Amino acid sequence: MPSLIDFRRRIRSVKNTQQITKAMKMVSAAKLRRAQERVIAARPYAQVMRDMLANLVAAASSDDRSADSPWLVRREPKRVDLIFFSSDTGLAGAFNSNLLKAAQKFHEENAGAEITLTLVGRKGRDFYRKRQATILSEHINVLNKPTYQDAAGIAAEVIRRYKDGETDAVYVINNDFKSVMAANLSVAQLLPLELPKQEGRGATSQSDYLYEQSPLEMLERLMPRFVEVAVYRAMLETVAAYQAARMTAMDTASSNAKDVIDSLTLHMNRVRQAAITKEIIEVVSGAAAAE
Amino acid sequence: MADTLQLQLVSPERMLVDEQVTEVQIPALDGYIGAMPGGAPLLSALKPGGLLTYIAGGRQKTLAVYGGFVEVLADRVRVLADAAEFGEEIDAAKAQARLQAAVKASEATQSETADPQLVIDELARAQAAVEAAAAK
Repeated sequence: MPSLIDFRRRIRSVKNTQQITKAMKMVSAAKLRRAQERVIAARPYAQVMRDMLANLVAAASSDDRSADSPWLVRREPKRVDLIFFSSDTGLAGAFNSNLLKAAQKFHEENAGAEITLTLVGRKGRDFYRKRQATILSEHINVLNKPTYQDAAGIAAEVIRRYKDGETDAVYVINNDFKSVMAANLSVAQLLPLELPKQEGRGATSQSDYLYEQSPLEMLERLMPRFVEVAVYRAMLETVAAYQAARMTAMDTASSNAKDVIDSLTLHMNRVRQAAITKEIIEVVSGAAAAE
Repeated sequence: MADTLQLQLVSPERMLVDEQVTEVQIPALDGYIGAMPGGAPLLSALKPGGLLTYIAGGRQKTLAVYGGFVEVLADRVRVLADAAEFGEEIDAAKAQARLQAAVKASEATQSETADPQLVIDELARAQAAVEAAAAK
């Protein structure tokens, strides 16, 4: 039977842990708010770009030289580039293990293809380090403060490879921020470009544009941007989803700590009561013996 | 016909302008374009560095825009900037220093292997920043 002192010590230690997890939750909540703002701020750009691309692709496809453009040609996906986003640190529940599971599934589904990896985030890197994998580049610590420049740097090599025909398709795996409680695991094809079918509004206006430069030439300029923006967006989403997952995990940890403290306190009180009862019995029986 | 245009200027990091304007000057790749309400639809790339000015509510505002694309429609102009800054946000001294560095780089790289296009673009960007800072 542990003594009273032991219980007190354990309770104190659990309380300390709880204070830390509470603080971590608060920090994540603050970071989440900032990350969320950034995700929202980056949305209009992606939207405008998507609209423009849809028009451009339609216009460029009618160009005679479109067959030569690396951005419009579709190749058999024998070589695939995967950009994998994970977090740098853990303590976020199943955040990274869900991502890694999705990556493994991706490998199984594309077993026939040669997969080259671009890894963003330490957890993904650590995972693939231990395995047989072709790693193109690793980017650690860029998620602390995601900047567009970092995104462009990450995308640059992938863009070049796709343009030069060294890879046939580019996929992105990351967690999208959906709500504080849930992240959306996203496995998306980035290249070749999959555009949603034109809706009524865009379809009528597309042919009327005057093009200052030829549509193909503009597509040539816009596509690298498109990849960079996709990487940037994935970075922002990953950060927001990570902070949300971490906040939830720390909240759970704090409430678990509370449960532990409650049950320890209950045990402690029982031990204390037993000790008091024992003492009373000793006193009473001692007095009885003296009479 | 409405007498204003909806101008939206977005960079990857944020939306800088979302306003009703009466007139816009756009630094398109092949020269400045003026857009007024009811103009012909147009798509163009932008200069690597240029000034975008617009008039909203009788007041003129200037931005330095560092490359990107523009879409002009009869009632709407959308600018997809690689990066952009308001003239009043630019530190004139810093912009000047950047321009000097760019000029120096352009003189130095003539013989070296650095991509000359990058140097020229940087020069244009620095120039735009200085001009935007002066125009505020």
